[in-house]
Amino acid sequence: MPRNTKEIVKFLILTAAVTVAPLFFSGGYLMNVLVFVGINAMLAVALNFLLGFAGQISLGHAAFFGLGAYVSGVLTATYAFNPWLSMLIAAAATFLLAFILGFPILKLKGHYLAMATLGFGIIVYITLNETIDITGGPSGLAGIPNIAIGSFQFDDDVKNFYLIWSFVLVTVLLSLNLANSRIGRALRAIHDSETAARVMGVNVSFLKVQIFALSALISAVAGSLYAHTMTFISPASFGFNFSVELVTMVIIGGLGSIYGSLLGAALLTLLPEFLRAFQDYDITIYGLLLILMTMYMPGGLVRGIPAFVSALLPTRKEGSRENA
Amino acid sequence: MLNIANITKIFGGLTALEDVSASIKKGEITGIIGPNGAGKTTLFNIITGIYTQTSGRIFLNGANISTLPPEKLARLGLVRTFQNIELFGQMTVLENVMVGLHTKSRSGIIACAFKLPGHVKEERFVRERAMHWLDFCGLKEEAGTVAGNLPFGKGRLLEIARAMALEPQIILMDEPAAGLNNRETVHLADIIRKIRDSGVTVVLVEHDMELIMDICDSIVVLDLGRKLAEGTPRQIQENPAVIAAYLGAG
Repeated sequence: MPRNTKEIVKFLILTAAVTVAPLFFSGGYLMNVLVFVGINAMLAVALNFLLGFAGQISLGHAAFFGLGAYVSGVLTATYAFNPWLSMLIAAAATFLLAFILGFPILKLKGHYLAMATLGFGIIVYITLNETIDITGGPSGLAGIPNIAIGSFQFDDDVKNFYLIWSFVLVTVLLSLNLANSRIGRALRAIHDSETAARVMGVNVSFLKVQIFALSALISAVAGSLYAHTMTFISPASFGFNFSVELVTMVIIGGLGSIYGSLLGAALLTLLPEFLRAFQDYDITIYGLLLILMTMYMPGGLVRGIPAFVSALLPTRKEGSRENA
Repeated sequence: MLNIANITKIFGGLTALEDVSASIKKGEITGIIGPNGAGKTTLFNIITGIYTQTSGRIFLNGANISTLPPEKLARLGLVRTFQNIELFGQMTVLENVMVGLHTKSRSGIIACAFKLPGHVKEERFVRERAMHWLDFCGLKEEAGTVAGNLPFGKGRLLEIARAMALEPQIILMDEPAAGLNNRETVHLADIIRKIRDSGVTVVLVEHDMELIMDICDSIVVLDLGRKLAEGTPRQIQENPAVIAAYLGAG
């Protein structure tokens, strides 16, 4: 199948790009930023399942990220658990919570679902701030160990880059498989017509809960990786603002596209770094760029960039039209 | 096959259906007709689990299906199409029909994400069956088209192909000919007959009298939420109450 071949080639290009990236950026500050791009990419891919595929909004995804980070952080820093084991526990616990929470919450639609997930996010944020004995409260939780394989410690940016991007690649690969399967089709069907999906025998309410829980699980793994990379976490990283930023990444990247989510995460993570040069105006320019992108690339970067490129090259466009 | 027993539906203060009973025979094409506001679509929505009736019961092959939601009915072999086409507009024509095969496959999230061997085999089967149903409705050429870009008439056919992919016992079509031109309607009639001849029971709500009289084996007439008559096309055409209701002379 040519389509399959195309998918494989795209994935191999991504893998190759990830493999060689440290050769170019190693030692620089950008390496550290690329670690964050990886974490955000995982989160965006996770949220995209819910938002892009199933068409269900969540304004509380930073909470799942935070729960993953804190469960992993507390277990290792306070109780000296193995980081891998604590990551597993964090993922399982968050999955279970989302699964239970999903049943009542996903009965809601549209704005009401947005409000409910928003509320959940705020509850988690407040809990992280107030349970000072466990989490350290607003001043944060320090002394989280790095992840290690045997005696090999992931203790610098390059190592962490490879660790986190391995997770990203696995997430992307599994997500691509899922997207092109009966589950992916059922999710997209829900997005287009929930009634028709039900008539076709799709158990819509249960599938929504499953995908919500899966999305939370991936977010929790990202959270755990974040905690072990940073070795210090505080609730401020897991607030409402970050939930909104995740939604923005998915939309700017292109709803329903896994590579789009990667692009969105990369852009929104890198852009503020590049805009530093504008000093006081950086936030304004950042906002302006987002508005322009949503106006002129409503399908997101993943559809907008190819359209933009072919518009710049009119001759090539005609040629490809003849070929088609 | 499908027994509708004393269905009443009240919306607020409005009685949309009052004590409607009917029995749909296996292997037949049954038409449900009636003037606007007769309650045809309401009855359809109740049978297919979109609405819940105020009172009354529905049986499929003797089993009580009165309160089952659409996704359960799909698994029992009852499926429908929609008056205002409800396609999965952002998916391809082929993918739309593949969703129709959802109940014919069972791979879960883990099997799909890890491409387990069973899932790969299943996916091949689903694709082949979906192509079969596209061919059945004459849509094979459009397999790769995004469903939202299909012309209206083909959208209608795609809805039928998608519903047939469930291999239902009974298919309910809500105004399948609405908005079709003559040629398309003839093609539709052929497909509906082909569906019946393959052993699937067909129920139609339709305004196109010519089509109804042409293809139906039996007809149920509704008027103002009640059943006015039931019989063969000939009996219905000669029924004075039906004539009165349609001509407004009652």
